[in-house]
Amino acid sequence: MSDALTRPALIAGAPRRRRGARWADAAYRRALGALALLVFVVVALIVYETARGAAPSIRAFGWRFLVGTEWDPVADRYGALPYVFGTVVSSALAMLLALPLGLGTAIYLAELAPHRVDQVISFVVELLASIPSIVYGIWGLFVLAPFLRTFVEPWLIQHLGFLPLFQGFPFGIGMLNAGLVLAIMVVPTIASLSREILLATPPSLREAALALGATRAEAISVTVDAARPGILGAVILALGRAVGETMAVTMVIGNTNRISASLLAPGSTMASVIANEFTEATGALYLSALVEVALVLFVLTLVMNALARLLVLWATGGRSDAAGAA
Amino acid sequence: MIRNLLRAGAVTALLVLAAAPAPAQNLTGAGATFPYPIYSKWFDVYRQKTGVQINYQSIGSGAGIQQVKAGTVDFGASDAALSNDRLREMPRRILHFPTVAGAVALAYNLPGLARPLQLTPELVAGIYLGKITNWNDRRIAAANPGVSLPVAPILAVHRSDGSGTTNIFTSYLSAVSVEWREVVGANTSVSWPSGVGGKGNEGVAGLVRQTPGALGYVELAYAKQNGLPVTLVKNRAGRFMNPSLASTTAAVSGAAQALAKDVRTPIVNAPGPDAYPICGLTFLLVYQDSKDPVRAKALADFISWAMQDGQGMVEALDYARLPEAVIKVNEATLRMLTANGKPVFAGR
Repeated sequence: MSDALTRPALIAGAPRRRRGARWADAAYRRALGALALLVFVVVALIVYETARGAAPSIRAFGWRFLVGTEWDPVADRYGALPYVFGTVVSSALAMLLALPLGLGTAIYLAELAPHRVDQVISFVVELLASIPSIVYGIWGLFVLAPFLRTFVEPWLIQHLGFLPLFQGFPFGIGMLNAGLVLAIMVVPTIASLSREILLATPPSLREAALALGATRAEAISVTVDAARPGILGAVILALGRAVGETMAVTMVIGNTNRISASLLAPGSTMASVIANEFTEATGALYLSALVEVALVLFVLTLVMNALARLLVLWATGGRSDAAGAA
Repeated sequence: MIRNLLRAGAVTALLVLAAAPAPAQNLTGAGATFPYPIYSKWFDVYRQKTGVQINYQSIGSGAGIQQVKAGTVDFGASDAALSNDRLREMPRRILHFPTVAGAVALAYNLPGLARPLQLTPELVAGIYLGKITNWNDRRIAAANPGVSLPVAPILAVHRSDGSGTTNIFTSYLSAVSVEWREVVGANTSVSWPSGVGGKGNEGVAGLVRQTPGALGYVELAYAKQNGLPVTLVKNRAGRFMNPSLASTTAAVSGAAQALAKDVRTPIVNAPGPDAYPICGLTFLLVYQDSKDPVRAKALADFISWAMQDGQGMVEALDYARLPEAVIKVNEATLRMLTANGKPVFAGR
């Protein structure tokens, strides 16, 4: 883009109008800048407040808070490792299941589906995204759990029980159920954003690939490759939702503060322990420990976002073209 | 100009008139969610009767205690009585008024039993400690003669969210099991040695209903309203008791002597042949001395009313009423309320 186009004030015109436009431009830029700054201020205040609230717990437990596995409100001893573990495992499981499903849906809708089919399915996918999480939680508890308990988990135990991942009792609730519910919750995010990004890639890419004699699948892989940074952005958003999800996870994960190698065992996440215990937490140190869990969750989100950014940078070699605009 | 003045005058007069029939008094309270249905019923009936408006936020016992500590409310409400340590943290002296009683029932999922399941205190503690893990355990059979129990793992379900219900249940286990008291203890949430957690009564009930072999504790009112099968629990007198409003009131009666000494005494495992052992009281937390005689009197009058006419309404909402002996204790406490050092409640 040329310099003249990015600065409208420099376009030749009536001198009087130009001065007014320049003033309006500056005001516009300041107003938007202030709005953007507001987001930064809010984040800074959140960090400040949680850090302040967590201070008594940080003083009492130090780094042992992060590696401790005991969470005992009676004895006032707190360690958050089981919750960090639960958040990481349930989100990872969700992403593992949701990525192929969401991306497959997006590619089909953007590249292969007839227009009418695309319209209908896209609408339904976006509808999925607007269902409140409590509904997913209740579905997980009353529909998915009995199904897992009667069909899936006994089969897993019988055939794959030699793996530590699938040992234990088939209770229907636990890490596996939470991972599945989370996967269904984040599929719409991945699918609808990736579809938009694929549609935004220049058609010339696909046409060029086909003209060079590529098969349909090869042409699609060229498009997907071009859209990769944007798709990674969609995945980051989905991961954010999985990590922070509270209500649905609380209802199906089993809520115990134990670390188990088995996906069938109950667990707990950072968000769920805060939601569970905050309202009836009596005692200053107890409250402070819960606030520190929130702080850890915040830092974990920050680290994951940063890693994802680095991943995008690495995947694109630093390029930022139209397709990667997400 | 004159017309404008008149108009302004009329508007002002209307505003004054609109503000005039305001309620005689406005009291605010915050705390426990368990008694919220009966409290809102009481406040509504009482407002229609006297014009005293009481605003209550059911934000949880813990948050209610925080509000009392901060002095932002006229009274707090909690399912757990304040310990001596917590009382010392308070800026002013706090008095406890028990209002209604509730029981915690053990719901279970074992289809096809000949009779309702019976549990002893040792069995309940053993199951929740993770020591008794299968329904075909000899010790369970001994408490249920003539009942054939299946070979199925026991899933002990507890509340994952902090709650007064958990406090009552763990207080009971601490009272009947030395091991529980030493390893786990009693609180609104504890470090559970085994089992899984469900959020809220509905979460626990959902897990129990879903999972064959599950056992979970819920508020009696919730179990009744949803028709869950509940176990009989052996009381201190050695009888297996069904949880009911009558057996809960009997438990409060059984504990009346101890309550007269200190109203904060837990009433779990209470003596008395008809007492159900897993019960608790819910409390109003009131400042003993207040700066505002009018408000203090309004609150005292309300509590007095709740102890008389109010008790007639509680059973319709599945709470257990207080026995006469405990109402007497509350009336004695009411006479301790003062405003600027002067008594506010003369008594009936």
